[in-house]
Amino acid sequence: MDVTIPILILAIPLTMFLLLGIAGCKMSHRTAGILGCLGMGTVLVLAYYTAAQYFFSGNELFGADGVRLQHIVFNQTWLEFTPTMAIKLGFLLDPISAMMLVVITTISFMVHLYSMGYMRDHHGVYEHGFQRFYAFLSLFSFSMLGLVVATNIFQMYIFWELVGASSYLLIGFYYVKPSAVSASKKAFIVTRFADLGFLIGILILSYYVGNFDFMNLTSSPVASLAETFSVDIAAPQHIAQIFADNAAPVFMGGSVLTWALVLIFMGGMGKSAMMPLHIWLPDAMEGPTPVSALIHAATMVVAGVYLVARLFPLYLMEDTALVIITVVGAITALYAAMVACTQLDIKRVLAFSTISQIAFMMVSLGVARPEHHEALGYMASMFHLFTHAMFKALLFLCAGAIIHAIGSNDYTDMHGLRKYMPITHWTFLIGCLAIAGIIPFSGFFSKDEILSACLGYDWVAYVWMSLVAGLTAFYMFRLYFLIFWWKEHKIHEGHHAPHDQAWTMSLPLIILAAISCVAGFIPFGELVSWNGHPYDFMAHFDWSVAGISLAIAVAGIALAWVMYRRENALPEKFRNAVPALWTWCYHRFYWDELYMFITHKIIFGGICRPLAWFDRNIIDGTMDSFAAVTNKASEAIRPLQSGQIQMYVWYYLIGVLALAGICAACIL
Amino acid sequence: MEIVNMDYTQFLAMKQEIGLLIVFIVVFLYDTFLPAKSQKALPGLTAVLMLILTVCGIVFEAVAPETLSKTAFAGMYVSTPVIAALKTILNVGVVIVLIQSVNWANSSFMAMRRGEFYELLLVTLFGMYLMVSARHFLLFVIGLESASLPLAAMVALDKNRYESHEAAVKYILTAVFSSAIFMLGLSFVYGLTGSLYFNDIYAALTGAGVNMMLIVALAAVVSGVGFKLSLVPFHLWTADVYQGAPTSVTSYLSVISKGAAAFAFLVILVQAFGMLYAQLWEWMLYALIILTITVGNLFAIRQKNMKRFLAFSSVSQAGYIMLGVISDGAPVATAAMMFYILVYIFSNLAAFGVIGAIERASGKLSMDDYRGLYRTNPRLSVAMMLAMFSLAGIPPFAGFFSKFFIFTGALSAPGVGTAMYVLVLIALINTIVSLYYYLLVVKAMFIADDQCVIEPFRSSASERLGLWITVAGIIGLGIASWFFSELNVLTATYPLI
Repeated sequence: MDVTIPILILAIPLTMFLLLGIAGCKMSHRTAGILGCLGMGTVLVLAYYTAAQYFFSGNELFGADGVRLQHIVFNQTWLEFTPTMAIKLGFLLDPISAMMLVVITTISFMVHLYSMGYMRDHHGVYEHGFQRFYAFLSLFSFSMLGLVVATNIFQMYIFWELVGASSYLLIGFYYVKPSAVSASKKAFIVTRFADLGFLIGILILSYYVGNFDFMNLTSSPVASLAETFSVDIAAPQHIAQIFADNAAPVFMGGSVLTWALVLIFMGGMGKSAMMPLHIWLPDAMEGPTPVSALIHAATMVVAGVYLVARLFPLYLMEDTALVIITVVGAITALYAAMVACTQLDIKRVLAFSTISQIAFMMVSLGVARPEHHEALGYMASMFHLFTHAMFKALLFLCAGAIIHAIGSNDYTDMHGLRKYMPITHWTFLIGCLAIAGIIPFSGFFSKDEILSACLGYDWVAYVWMSLVAGLTAFYMFRLYFLIFWWKEHKIHEGHHAPHDQAWTMSLPLIILAAISCVAGFIPFGELVSWNGHPYDFMAHFDWSVAGISLAIAVAGIALAWVMYRRENALPEKFRNAVPALWTWCYHRFYWDELYMFITHKIIFGGICRPLAWFDRNIIDGTMDSFAAVTNKASEAIRPLQSGQIQMYVWYYLIGVLALAGICAACIL
Repeated sequence: MEIVNMDYTQFLAMKQEIGLLIVFIVVFLYDTFLPAKSQKALPGLTAVLMLILTVCGIVFEAVAPETLSKTAFAGMYVSTPVIAALKTILNVGVVIVLIQSVNWANSSFMAMRRGEFYELLLVTLFGMYLMVSARHFLLFVIGLESASLPLAAMVALDKNRYESHEAAVKYILTAVFSSAIFMLGLSFVYGLTGSLYFNDIYAALTGAGVNMMLIVALAAVVSGVGFKLSLVPFHLWTADVYQGAPTSVTSYLSVISKGAAAFAFLVILVQAFGMLYAQLWEWMLYALIILTITVGNLFAIRQKNMKRFLAFSSVSQAGYIMLGVISDGAPVATAAMMFYILVYIFSNLAAFGVIGAIERASGKLSMDDYRGLYRTNPRLSVAMMLAMFSLAGIPPFAGFFSKFFIFTGALSAPGVGTAMYVLVLIALINTIVSLYYYLLVVKAMFIADDQCVIEPFRSSASERLGLWITVAGIIGLGIASWFFSELNVLTATYPLI
């Protein structure tokens, strides 16, 4: 395959970032925005073209005998440690990276377009830092694209950090707002902490394997094609052999490979906001809403899922690691869903819903086994990633439109908006139906497959995740009814009625809603499966699972309908019935307080303060005394420089004699 | 030694000397015979001629280095590509000094003395050329003296200022004294070996035992060159002379004559006394380096006058340069020393460039006057800051790499002992002390929020050009520190011995 288009896919966003970042202040807001949109639009076309080539061209590089292969378009050595161990920068095409190219460019383009309307006030005046905003969006797009096409785990790590940095920049976009600043710091520190685990995992893995390439870790070369690889279960066997041969030490009951994989997963937990590293994501909502849609709903936060999927053949070798993934995912899913039922801020509800949905994907990967439905969970997870990106971005962008119209994040300021904002209302409803899992919207299909995969693995997982699915339907419709129904909207004195936004903001909503309506009918199994073999979903389809999940979703919606369709005392009664549960959910189970306690009381007080004392008294004291001695010495030798030439000559002579004398004393 | 009939081809071996002589003659004729109204062009003319000489040197070095390998006058004069490269490095410094001094040389006071300054400067440079090329002590002494005596006249150029006289007197007296001791040492050497050729001395000393006479002779020789380099305790003239001399002369004195003396030192010790390395002069240098770096630093801490401050800083820097000498001519160490000299030229001349510009505009020379300079003259402050960072050895500026390479060079010799590690450790600790006083200047300029007594002014075109070149060198050699490996290839291809 020609390398021009892959290079352009990465180069255009980077160029846009540099152009808008450096020269942005010299151009008008409008020009900067249009440039950003055009750049992203071009990348969108190129990425679609690349994905279409990959999936449908029938080129033997991309598939042989109906099996989809991994193809390295280019791979440039960047840093060479040893002949076998080099960090390369390249472009990998395989089912999931092609799928991610589509997801990222679609959402990113929608957000670019949407921001043209969102990032200005009601009078059409562009916000301060508009060009900077577009520069950062481009940086993010570049980083995210680089992450998904990484050919080796180190390239992934580099771009992994770059998306973290651009997320930091965008959360803190309103840097005069203290809450935004602290949110951006929190996001950066928490994810960086998680990435520490990721890095250690990479180091352990590469120390034993001696290589960073995914090709070596998870695939094996196809005989006739140098740059093309096929994923098979045999490939990791030689990795397993390496670990078996090395008599690797066992640490705290886990083998080295388990530790490496769990630590790598820790990086994924940070980015994908799995418990207990989820605390940054709700706060990240301080960023502009389009950023939340792009980064904190559709793309960056699923990087953890993508990471696990990328290394899936390795994870298959260690059942422990997959069980940990399943358990972490399941707990996070339930936790986030419960918290989402009580939040007031609509973006926070969506944030917790995102956490819960990503946990669905994680669980789905965790329960995927080739022996159960041929690893349906892997396919289901990627499918859900795809559909979720679309409908969650849609929901966020709708929320953005509402917030832009109302000027508040709190649903108590909204209520009854359906008459005023019809487009937003209908598209939001489609988003809610999709996430709740109502046929024929896209979420139904992907969620149903996840539940099927869970059932194939273990009935506990199935029941648990079905319960979370019911909760999902409930809290999403609670949100929907509270925003658009409940009671008549109160228009404050001097304010005009809220209305749908400009076409730049409405068009992305309509497009994403349309995708959410039809995406479920994509024959996803044909395109993406863990080993590239086309997956016949219908062969594993279970009508009872589909029926039950639909029934649960309808029940959740019905409950929300009863409680929130119009103003009544039921919610109040419910809250009073289980006050403790409600308070814990409302305060997010006090995780933030726990972290505050750990960092402030234990780390700052217990560790940092003694260290600070040591630094101030012992280290500084030593240094100060050195300085004092130096000063004293400097004072003591002052008379040497008397200014009298006789003395100069005298010291000179003494010097010569002393030199000779010392040498003589030493030698003779 | 075979007897060689002298003919004119012997002179052709001295390419760079001839080039310099032509420059000198042109300048001399221009100054002497052209009318007063055209004299203003003299500084520019000299700078351009020296620039041409420098460029020729670089071109020769790059295109046909082997043509620079020449011996003349029965082996008294030797030129190799390494020596030619050192001369070219000195030329670079001279060009910068010439550019920086244009304004001063064209001041009304200098109108009558302009030519003298340039002629004396070129003569001393010629002397330095001979110092590094000499392989016979007679030629070396001629070089040394012609590099020393005219400097006294240059120091005294500012004849209306009392300090200038005092400095010149101190300089000439100590220089004479130092020469006397040096020659005494030489006479001992001659007596012991019967020759003044470096090679013959080396041969005669091979296998001969060490006696008291030889030790005294070597100490005297070391002190004679150590005086030019201002190694402690032969440095006492430095502060008074640097302070009293006109700033352009000081900057010339501080970099060019130091660079030449350091290299000549290396040549003498390796080629004439290389035998005695492990027994004698390694330990003499060892003691001198520690003393020089430490005492230079300790004095620099207290200085308030910028020129005096830089005088002690340059004493201490000379100690670091000597780390390249102590490795007995190892190619890496020699390359590191040459790189250090080049970087030191850029860094120190940047500092003197700023000081000279400020002195010319406002007459201020005290560090206290520099407080808050950033507010009135931000660009000069930044140039000064870069110079200080480079002198202190802060990455990514050139000074960091030159220090790094010179430490590596000192430790790169095979079988290097613990003592050398201790020496480098002491040098390292001293960089911390030096960081303190270099940062004092930066602190005064940037952090002190006093009303600066130096008014905002626009420095002249030549001053700006000089500063741009030096700043480019400080940053450029930091980024392009692989230039060191070019030098390393050169010194490895053409070793001193």
